[in-house]
Parts: sequence; C-alpha cells; structure tokens
Amino acid sequence: MVKRSKIVIFFVVLLMFAALIGLTTEKIVKETKLGLDLQGGFEVLYEVKPVKKGQKITQETLKSTVEALNSRINVLGVSEPEIQIEGNNRIRVQLAGVTDQNKARELLSTQAELTFRDVDDKVLLDGSDLEGNGAKQTFESQNNKPIVSLKLKDADKFAQVTEEVLKRQPQGENILVIWLDYEKGDSFKEEQKKELAGKKPKYISAPYVNEVLTQKDVTITGQFTAEEAQSLAKILNAGALPVKLDEVYSTSVGAKFGEKALNETIFAGFIGIAAIFLFMLIFYRVPGIIAVLTLTIYIWLILAIFYLMNGVLTLPGIAALILGVGMAVDANIITYERIKEELRSGKSVLSAFKAGNRRSFTTIFDANITTILAAAVLFAYGTSSVKGFALVLIISVLASFITAVFGTRLFLGLWVQSRMMDKKPGLFGVKESDIREL
Amino acid sequence: MSFNYDFVKHRNLYFIISVLLTIVGIFFLLTAGLKLGIDFESGSRVNIQANETLTNEQVLADFEELGFEDATVVLAGEDNKQANVSFKGVLSKNEIAKLNTYFKEKYGETPSISTVTPTVGRELAQNALFAVLIASLGIIIYVAFRFEWSMAVAAVTALLHDAFMIIAIFSMFRIEVDLPFIAAVLTIVGYSINDTIVTFDRIRENMKLEKVKTQEKLAEIVNRSIHETLGRSINTVLTVIIAAVALLIFGADSIRNFSIALLIGLAFGAYSSIFIASQLWYVMKSRQMKSKKTRQVEAEPEI
Repeated sequence: MVKRSKIVIFFVVLLMFAALIGLTTEKIVKETKLGLDLQGGFEVLYEVKPVKKGQKITQETLKSTVEALNSRINVLGVSEPEIQIEGNNRIRVQLAGVTDQNKARELLSTQAELTFRDVDDKVLLDGSDLEGNGAKQTFESQNNKPIVSLKLKDADKFAQVTEEVLKRQPQGENILVIWLDYEKGDSFKEEQKKELAGKKPKYISAPYVNEVLTQKDVTITGQFTAEEAQSLAKILNAGALPVKLDEVYSTSVGAKFGEKALNETIFAGFIGIAAIFLFMLIFYRVPGIIAVLTLTIYIWLILAIFYLMNGVLTLPGIAALILGVGMAVDANIITYERIKEELRSGKSVLSAFKAGNRRSFTTIFDANITTILAAAVLFAYGTSSVKGFALVLIISVLASFITAVFGTRLFLGLWVQSRMMDKKPGLFGVKESDIREL
Repeated sequence: MSFNYDFVKHRNLYFIISVLLTIVGIFFLLTAGLKLGIDFESGSRVNIQANETLTNEQVLADFEELGFEDATVVLAGEDNKQANVSFKGVLSKNEIAKLNTYFKEKYGETPSISTVTPTVGRELAQNALFAVLIASLGIIIYVAFRFEWSMAVAAVTALLHDAFMIIAIFSMFRIEVDLPFIAAVLTIVGYSINDTIVTFDRIRENMKLEKVKTQEKLAEIVNRSIHETLGRSINTVLTVIIAAVALLIFGADSIRNFSIALLIGLAFGAYSSIFIASQLWYVMKSRQMKSKKTRQVEAEPEI
C-alpha cells in the first residue's frame, strides 16, 4: 500500500524551500560584504607609539585613536571600514573597495598635528590652540587661490605670538612657519633652501609677519590645489592623532586581483560541488538525491546566516564554504552507510531507516563537536583572514549538522513512510545478495 | 565489505612507517627548514597584473628603475601577464605609494603589495602553535569525557601526526609556507579528529555489545569496527578530496598552497585514523587488560 499523501507533502515542502531560496538568493549574493582580498583594498597593522616623552599607551589612548581614524575614514568616504584594537599597542585597519589607496594610507597615518613655529623651529602655537571644527577651505578674495581658514581659541595669544615673531632680528627672520607633522630633525632653514631652489618644502607655508595681529581667524595660504586645501581642512577638523602610528604589517590587493580571485574560486566551487553531487547520486541512489537537496539547502543556509551576521566573506572563507560542503556530505554519508548496514542485516526499509538515524546521531554529534572545538580555537587565535575562515567553518559545521540530520529525517522520512521504497534495497545502493536473513 | 584484511595484525608495520616518516620529516626540518613566505619573515611582496605579456628582464628593470636591487621575480598567470616579485626589507608607506603609481601608470592595474616586519610574522607562527596545543587539549578533555582516556590519547597522537606530516612535506618539497597554510593545518586538526572519532564511536558501540576478555577478541572488534566504518571513511574523504582538488586546480593562486596542505592533510588524516589511532588504542587497551588480569590473578588467592 503506497501512501501518496506523504509524497505530496514531500513535494510541497520541497517547493516551499525552492521558493524561499529562489526569492532570497539574489539579495544575499548581491549584498554580502566581500573582503578586501575579493574586491581590492588594503589592510594595515599599526603599532601605536607615544608622540611625547612620558606618554603612556593605554586602552583609552587606543580608543581615542580609533575614533580619530574613523572620522578620517569618513573624509575618504569609504563605507564600512574595519578598525580593531589588537593587544596593548596595535590597531588593525581594513579598508575594502578604496579607489585611491595611496591617498588613503597617507591620510590614515598622518598625525595631522599642526604647529606654528619660528625660524628656529621653536613651537609657538600647536593643535591645542585651535578651535575644534574651525577649519574651512575657502578662496582668497583677490586672486581666487584656495586657502584654509582656521579659528584660534584665543586672540590675545595670537597677538603675543605675532609680536614675538615681529621682534626677531635680523630683518627677514620675522617669519611664522606653519608645519603639518613636524618631525624631529626637520629644520626650517634647510627646507627654505629647497623652496628657493624651486622644490616643495616640508612645511605648509611661511608667511612674513608685518604687524601684531589680534584676531581669532587665521588663514593659511600654501601652494594648494583646491582639493588639497579641502582635505587639509577636513583632516584638521577630524582632529590630530594623539599618537604616532608605525606600519608593521600591510597588505594591499589591487581591484583586478580581487575580482580574478573571486571568479576563479567561485568557479572552483561550482566544479567541486557538482562533482560531489554526482558522486552522491551514483553511490547512494535515492538517498543521494536527498543528499543533493539537503546540501543545496545547506549552502543557502550558510550564505543566509553569514549575510544576517553581517560577516565579511574573504577568500579563505569561500574555501571553507566549499570544503564545508565536503564535510557536510560526511554527516549524510554516516547516516546512509548506517541505514545500508541495517538493511544488509535484514531489517525492513522502515526500521532500517529509524535505526540508522538513531545510531548515526551520536557519531555525527561527537565528530562535529570536536571539529567545532578546533574551529573555535582557530577563531580565537587567528588574525583577520584566518578568523574569517574559522567563522565560516563553525557556521558550516552547525548548518551541516542541522541540514544533514533533520533534513534527511524529514525528506527521506517522507519517502520511507510513503512505503514506496519498501522491499527495494537497491534504491539505497544495497545489493539483494548482501542481505542476511534475520 | 567482502574482503577481510587484518588491520591489527600488521600494526607494527604502520607504526614503523609513521615513525620513519616522522624521522625523515624532523631531519628535513632541522636541515632545510621551512621555506617561509613573507607572512613569517620580514620582507615585501608585490604582485603585478599587466595587460601585456611580461618578461623577467622587463620586471627586473622596472624595479631597478624604482631603486630596488635584489628582487626575485616569478612570472605567472595566463600568457605571463602576472609577476610575483619578492624582496627582503620592508617597504615604507611612501615606497608603496611610489610602486602603486608607477605600475598603475605602466601596466594599467594597481598591484597587490604586502609587507611584514619580523616580529609580526613570529607572533603569527607562535599563535598558531598555541592554537594547535589548546585545540589538542580541548579535544583530549572532550574525548576522555565522552569516550575514554586511552582513546583521547590515541586520537590526539594521530592528529599531531597528521599536522606534522603536512609541515614535513612542505619542508621536503620546499613549498612556501604562508598564512593560509596555518589555516589549512588547523583545519586538518579539526577534520582528522572527526575521522578518528567516527571509528572510535564504532569501537565503543561494539565493545558494549560483547564482553571482551581476550586480546584476540579485542583485535577482532577493532578489525570489525574498522571494516564497518571503512565505506564511510573512504567515501567521506573522497568527497572532501574532490572539493580540495577543485580548489587546487581552479581556485585563485593565493589559496594554492592552502589546497596542497589540505590534500596532504586529508590523505594522512584518513590513513592515521585507521592505521595509527585505532592501532594505538588497541596497544594501550590490551596492556590495560593484561595488567588487570595480573592484578586479578594476584587478588584471587585471598578469596
């Protein structure tokens, strides 16, 4: 007696999954974030060093550095930067999809510490004298040259400074030198020679002071393009970095490389998965078909979970996904082999199915827990791309457990319960001659 | 399975093979060491993608023009349109900017550039070693709790055996070790244990069904358990190997070494769960049985 109702339920459930997968896949595939190894971009690991003597690098300093970096990246207009603090003195920055990598790197690590100095490089004013968010890019009224205007906190202090500069002797040393990121060893006199020789000096500008200025508004007239002036204003507003950043590790991937790696690996994935499907169909017949169904759901489920977790898919991540399919097959194989064994021992299809499911459960459970254990350690100890790999591996194992165990019970169960497969062990890939009498 | 191979009988042969391989591996590691990629050594790597076919001389000339003398160039890709260049010394931010601009202008694509300072590379390797040790410890505890102590020891021995074999073979064939390589080794750690657990699970089950008092009976159970799970072991490893081979042949260049490491690990993983882990457990278990028996014999006269 064949129960057709079970077969109907099977196809209804199948259609429901097909609809779910069909409706969501496009969105998932399009909106899943790709790592910088797949779309181009760069990653830099900075070692944070103190700027001033006696300054200590604490978690607080690291946090404020991350904030400053974040506001700078906003200047770049890159969406979704990844900035993490690592250990006691490191910060990792990952920017995917940056068009101008050179500019971005420069922008990130520059300290943006503006100083006003005299010709002997003595500091007269520094960043702490500037009003927050007071920098703006404008144009000079007479010749339309791009300039940067600043706001000082204290007009009297500026008066003092300009007076001091004005008093300098001999004539011609009444200069206020404006530096961005003055480094120890830089000298105005050296740089001035360069400027006279027609090269670009390291300071931004060096205007003569001809009178005492009691005002809060200061303008910098350097040799800027409008764009340079604008980014200077923005970076000054974003704030100076409280620390010095040294690159200790960096990797950058050209956009073309990323695209190529993505395409190649996805192609490899299709081939690999297709081969696995074929193998399952040939070896396990009807359960093989069920395996192909549950594996398809499994792939969709992983991508969906990854998407919902807002994860970033990296190259090792895709590798883990493809490998995960291979591993997910394992849970199916353990179950089917167990059912085959039960069939060979002479049990009916229904009781072999039940016993096979029950007995394979603990095996699959123990085997998966140990793999998750290893993957969790990998996640805890890995850095960036290895971490991505471990995360996909953990999700894979969980998803494979759910789809293989419960998917098989549901789908294969409906067929078994329909009694259409009764007395047909060949459908499970078992030869009649191998079956022992009970 | 219709054939009847006695796995336990030849156990010493497998032990000898693995011990020999381990000795050879240690020898290579001590003499030749590992060919460390720049992930572990201080240095820089530049990958150039061009729209035209490149030659070694041309790329070297480019780097000389930029002021980098001792660069190593390996051409790759379709029609040699790619070049992988590595050299010692860490590129500064400005040098990277210079390279980016130069090659973008000359060949139309921004290159990929990686630099590492030695401290970071060393830390990575250390962390990986820690990861393997911690994972092993976790697995020992879990298996001892769910199965038994001697199975835990046998399983972890097999696992370390597999991880070591990957490293040894990479040393023998001078394949470059990079960051994804570590991920591959750690994956094998997770995967090989999976294989071993499935076999042990069957041994555990069969041990429950019968009273095992003699060594012959124990050997029979180990053999039977291996035979019963052999179909699954072979099929599973085949499917994963299919996936790994597809990655190796068709995947991106940057995960090639990763796939090679996986393949080696998968093969050894399948081998070790049958020929090492189960046999080790047999040896340990039969010793346990012997010592129990002698204790019983000593205890008997008093009754």
